[in-house]
Amino acid sequence: MKYIDEFNDPALARRLLDEIRATVTRPWALMEVCGGQTHSIIRHGIDQLLPDEVELIHGPGCPVCVTPLDVIDKALAVAARPDVIFCSFGDMLRVPGTDRDLFRVKGEGGDVRVVYSPLDALELAHRHPEKQVVFFAIGFETTAPANAMAVHQARRLGLDNFSLLVSHVRVPPAIEAIMTAPECRVRGFLAAGHVCSVMGTAEYPELAERFRVPMVVTGFEPLDILEGIRRAVHQLERGEHRVENAYPRAVREDGNPAALRMLEDVFEVVDRNWRGIGPIPASGWRLAEAYRAYDAEHRFDVTGIRTEEPAVCRAGEVLQGLIKPTECEAFGTACTPRTPLGATMVSSEGACAAYYLYRRMEDGIAPLGSRIPRKEMNPVG
Amino acid sequence: MGHGGGGALSAELIDQVFAPAYGNPTLAGLADSAVLQLGGARLAFSTDSYVVRPLFFPGGCLGDLAVNGTVNDLAMSGARPAYLSTAFVLEEGVEIAVVDRVARALGAAARAADVTVATGDTKVVESGHGDGVYVTTAGVGLVPDGVDIRPQRARPGDAVLVSGPIGLHGVAVMSVREGLEFGIEIASDTAPLAGLVAAMLAVTKDVHVLRDPTRGGLGASLNEIARASGTGVRITERAVPVPDEVANACGFLGLDPLYVANEGRLVAFVPRGHADAVLAAMRAHPQGAGAALIGECVAEHPGMVTVATGLGGTRVLDLPLGEQLPRIC
Repeated sequence: MKYIDEFNDPALARRLLDEIRATVTRPWALMEVCGGQTHSIIRHGIDQLLPDEVELIHGPGCPVCVTPLDVIDKALAVAARPDVIFCSFGDMLRVPGTDRDLFRVKGEGGDVRVVYSPLDALELAHRHPEKQVVFFAIGFETTAPANAMAVHQARRLGLDNFSLLVSHVRVPPAIEAIMTAPECRVRGFLAAGHVCSVMGTAEYPELAERFRVPMVVTGFEPLDILEGIRRAVHQLERGEHRVENAYPRAVREDGNPAALRMLEDVFEVVDRNWRGIGPIPASGWRLAEAYRAYDAEHRFDVTGIRTEEPAVCRAGEVLQGLIKPTECEAFGTACTPRTPLGATMVSSEGACAAYYLYRRMEDGIAPLGSRIPRKEMNPVG
Repeated sequence: MGHGGGGALSAELIDQVFAPAYGNPTLAGLADSAVLQLGGARLAFSTDSYVVRPLFFPGGCLGDLAVNGTVNDLAMSGARPAYLSTAFVLEEGVEIAVVDRVARALGAAARAADVTVATGDTKVVESGHGDGVYVTTAGVGLVPDGVDIRPQRARPGDAVLVSGPIGLHGVAVMSVREGLEFGIEIASDTAPLAGLVAAMLAVTKDVHVLRDPTRGGLGASLNEIARASGTGVRITERAVPVPDEVANACGFLGLDPLYVANEGRLVAFVPRGHADAVLAAMRAHPQGAGAALIGECVAEHPGMVTVATGLGGTRVLDLPLGEQLPRIC
C-alpha cells in the first residue's frame, strides 16, 4: 500500500510533531471541520501526540450528524411506503429518527437498500419501473455533484419513477455560524479537503480575513492532518490569517468546474436546519425549480411531521465544538452506539462515536457487547 | 441483520436467548466447537449454517465454505476433523445445475480437507422463502491427548500470531455482491486449516487459543478472546498483514480491515517461549506462509483490545456492533 504507508510514515510524523512543538508558544484551539478528519485524528491517536498547547476541536462536518430530525422522519415515512424502494448510503441506516431508524423500517418490511452511489439507485429505478425509487441525498459539497448528476441522468433517460430526498448542506455558512457564536474559542481551521476538491478555495479568503483565522485546506491521512496543524500553528504564532492549500494533490483553487456547473444547474441555495445546531441562513441546497419533479418531498405527502429530540443529548454542543463528547452526561451510559440518542454517536464520522470506539480505555466506559458470540449467522459465510 | 454480524448484537442474542434456553456446562465454553468426553476419546463437535450471497464468488463458493467453515471450527479446538453432515435447504425454482455445482464443490472441499461426508438431509422451501441454497454442516473430530485449546486459556505473556493476510474473503464477497470492482480481482482465502493446526501442535501442544476470525474479522475474535480470558490484548497496527487490495477496498468503502471476514485464517495465542518456533512452522505450511506476530497478551486493561497506531498513539479496538456500514464520503 504505497500511498497509505507514505501518509502514515512514523518518521515523517515525528518530524512534523517536533516542528509543531518547537513553534508553539501559547495555547491555540484549532477546529477540524470534517468528521472524516475527526475520526482519523482519534483513530490514529494524533491528539495524544500533540503538545498540550494545541487543542483540536471537532467541527460540524459530519453529514450524517447534521441531517435534521424532521428529514430523517420524512425518510422513514417514505421508506415505509409499499410502492417505494428507498436507497441510502449505509451510515444513515442507524441514525435515530423520533421513534425508529431505517434499519427498523427495513425489519418491518420496507424495501430499504444500501447503495454506494446515487447512480446505483438510478439503475434500480430503470430495472423497477413499477416502483418509486428514492435516493436519500444528504451530505456536504462532496456528495452533492453525484446527486446532481443522477437527477440529470434521470431526466435524460426519462425515468419519472426516480426522486431525491434532499438535505444538502454547505460548509462556509457553518464556519460563519461557528465564528459568530459568543462562546467560540476557535482560532484556526483545518478546512475539509474533499469539500474543497469540489468547490475550490474561493469562498475561504473572505472568511479568513473577516474572522482573522488561518484556514488550511487539509486531507485525511495522518500526515495530511499533522501538516495542516503545522501550517495553522505557524500562521497563528506569526499573527497571520491566510488560506493555505496543504492538500494540493486533490484540491485546486478553482475546484472541479464541471461539478460546480452541475451543482449550479440542479440545485439552488436555501436556508437549512442543522441537527443539533439549528437554522443557518443560506447553508443548504434544494433542487432548483426546473428539477422539482425529482424532489421526493413534493412527490410524497410527508408534511406535518412532528419531531422531538431527546432532552439530555448534547450533540449540538459537540457539533459546534463547545464541549468534548465525554463532557455529555449521557455519553457511554444512556447513549452508546447500541442505544444512540444523537446522530453523533451513530455516524461513522461522528465525534461521539470516535471517542466511544477508540478512547474508552481512558474513560473506563463499558464495552459494546457483554459476551462472546459462539457462532455467526450471517450473509458472508 | 445486525444480530447475525458476529459482533456485539450477535453476542447479545446468544446471551439473552440461546444460552438461557439451552444452558448447560458443555455450552458454557462458547468456543468455536465443543469438546466432549465420549468413552475414551475426546471429541470436538461443531455446527454452522452457511447463507452466503452470491453462491459463487472469486476464490470459492457456498459448497467449500460449508466444509471449510466447520472443519476450521473443529480445528480451532486442536481437533483432527473426521466426519461431516450436510443439510441443504433449497428454494423452490433454484436450478438443479446450481445445486449440483455447490454439491460438487462441497465434495471436493471435503476430500481436500480429508473429511468424510457421512450423512445428509435435503428440504425444499417455497419460492421467495429462501435465497437459492442454504447449507448447514456439522462435524466431529478427535482432539489429541494433551491438547487443551480454548479462549479462556489466553494469559499475559502469550504471543499473538495470525496465519496470513486478512480481509480477503469479506472483500471478495463484497466485490461481487455489491457489483463493486476494485480494479484487481480479489479471491477469497477460504481454506481448511486442520493441517496448519497439526503443524503448529507438532511444535508444542501448549497452544493456548486458536480462533478463525470469520464474521466480525480479527477485531471481533481478539475481543472474544480478551473477554473470555479476562486478559488484555495489545496489537501493533503495522504488524497486521493487510493486503494492498484489501486496504484499498476498505479505504474506498470506509470499512476497517480488522473487522472484515476471513475464511482461511487463524489467530493463535501461544506462550512467548514457543512463539518463534510456532511461527516458523506456520510459515513452512502452505496455509501459513504469510504468518505474522501481531501483538501480545497483557495484564493491563483486562477484557479489552488496544492497538498501537502507526504513529505511536493508542486506541481501543472494540467488538463491532453488527454489520459494518459503508460511509457516505
